[in-house]
Amino acid sequence: MLWSVAWRNIWRSKVRSLVIICALTIGIFAGVFTWALYEGMVIQRINSAIKTEASHIQLHHKKYLENPDVKYSMNLSTRISEQIDSMAGVKAATVRVIVNSMIASAETGSGVQVVGIDPDKESRVTNMYEKIIDGEYLEGVKRNPILIGKRMAEKLNVNVRSKVVLTMQQMDGEITRAQFKVAGIYKISNGMYEEMTVFVKKSDLINLIGLDRTGSHEIAVLLEDDRTYNDIRDKIAARYKDLDVKSWKELMPEVSLVEETMDISMYLILGIILFALLFGIINTMLMAVLERVKELGMLMAVGMNKIRVFTMIMLETLLLAFTGCIIGIILGYLLTLLLMKTGIDLSAWGDAYERLGYDTVIYPIPDILIAAKVSLMVFVTGLIAAIYPAIKALKLKPAEALRIDI
Amino acid sequence: MKVIDIKNLTKIYNDSEYKVNALNGIDLSFEEGEFAAVVGPSGSGKTTLLNIVGGLDKPSGGEVIIDHTNIGKLKSSRLIDFRLKNIGFVFQAYNLIPVLTARENVEFIMHLQGKPKAEREKRMKDLMSAVGLSDRIDSRPSKLSGGQQQRVAVARALASKPKFILADEPTANLDSKSTENLLDIMEKLNKEENTTFIFSTHDARVVKKARRVITIEDGKVVSDEIRK
Repeated sequence: MLWSVAWRNIWRSKVRSLVIICALTIGIFAGVFTWALYEGMVIQRINSAIKTEASHIQLHHKKYLENPDVKYSMNLSTRISEQIDSMAGVKAATVRVIVNSMIASAETGSGVQVVGIDPDKESRVTNMYEKIIDGEYLEGVKRNPILIGKRMAEKLNVNVRSKVVLTMQQMDGEITRAQFKVAGIYKISNGMYEEMTVFVKKSDLINLIGLDRTGSHEIAVLLEDDRTYNDIRDKIAARYKDLDVKSWKELMPEVSLVEETMDISMYLILGIILFALLFGIINTMLMAVLERVKELGMLMAVGMNKIRVFTMIMLETLLLAFTGCIIGIILGYLLTLLLMKTGIDLSAWGDAYERLGYDTVIYPIPDILIAAKVSLMVFVTGLIAAIYPAIKALKLKPAEALRIDI
Repeated sequence: MKVIDIKNLTKIYNDSEYKVNALNGIDLSFEEGEFAAVVGPSGSGKTTLLNIVGGLDKPSGGEVIIDHTNIGKLKSSRLIDFRLKNIGFVFQAYNLIPVLTARENVEFIMHLQGKPKAEREKRMKDLMSAVGLSDRIDSRPSKLSGGQQQRVAVARALASKPKFILADEPTANLDSKSTENLLDIMEKLNKEENTTFIFSTHDARVVKKARRVITIEDGKVVSDEIRK
């Protein structure tokens, strides 16, 4: 019965209640949608980081990450890669030869990281082959094909079938150079990566720098399940003790930092929204209590105890808050569902996002956990907002309250 | 059987500037089934007396003993429960819960008492029929006339089967027809349920119906007349 009384009390002053419900709805709608958008942005970044760039786990020579010199290569890495490929939970593994180099076109030059890959195996680990916007994935060119990023192509002013020259250090320290022909141009969300990384065939690169056929600088491992990277990293590390085994979180701490701070950022944003709304709710409830002094006095006179009066005011506040909360969540979800497929294009704000590795088109994610987290925060806000008006109500003395004329 | 025993009751309101002796040593007792009016001019102490007997206010001295309990000594939380179990109230300005229907208003106190649904329902129907409002049980107070609201208030006061009912000027806002109707209903219920009714009033029509009339002036009982 208290529930029903509380609910009906909210609607005694329709306009007043609707105003605060609208404020809550707008605040929570904005919070839920921003959260979904932010989550979409972060997950897209992580997906790109794992699926296109780093994969889940990487193995290197113990000294390689500290000093990425060609001499820190892993011997027999093709065999290690095959062994890892057959481990449980591993989807695929591939080896990469990585050399820092200079790239030059007829017009200009630039520093670049050359990654020598086995195109077939690489396409099982990363989805780079899906990112080709012009030409083909290291095919269609007979000798020394090279795959470069769109930004790099613009910088060098080259097209598919243009020639570029790579200059690099060999294993023995000598400098060598070779001519490559652009087979394809790729485009990914991470602009910096696109500007810094080119791909050639592993066999071409090995010949050029004089590395052993089984040697490489990196083994990239893709897992079947995104969540198992810690377990499998430990298993691999236990097996290859003389190699450096790291998960994507360790390799790209800036990406994992964004993921880990996402919730904190959103709690803060919603916290600020709800803190502002808190005063609105307190004001509404205080008015609701003060205009009912006589009625509350009567209720206490006829035997409604303090716990019940307190509960009734609490329920009124929480019902008021949750009405706005539920409408806000529903609206936030509807907008998320609407934009989930089409995405929101942020390219009008320049390419700063892309340079940081984020897509310019963000696809918000409808996540039921967001609704749960937001509801919990609204619940806490409602409880806090109810305290002062409820205490005001409890301080009433029935004999005095009944005498007041309103 | 004695329902209320009041001994040497005093009440002093201490304002910052002056003291008001609202009650000056009242000795009274009420038997089960009485239908008594407390009369007197404004400021004589009627409402103060009813508030203290009803446990809404604390005495400054003396005792109010109800069911072997000196209610002046009860803590306010215990007092609320005591009121819930033992006392029915009818106030001057109807004081129904506006968001509840007549039926829900009558059931509300039984609900607070934790009575089962079937019992609440039966008692509500009996009382609404006794006050002649069987056809209005689903109306909200705003849809009822003043007289009808006051009849619902009487039904509500009786719903909890209290030891006695206190009514502070119950007819003050009613026209003469409604007053008469309300008094008839109260008298009938007083006889049928043997519930003690004590009301304060100015109203000569109410005084006429009372079987006992207690007159208070300046916080003292000046006459206590029992009629047959």
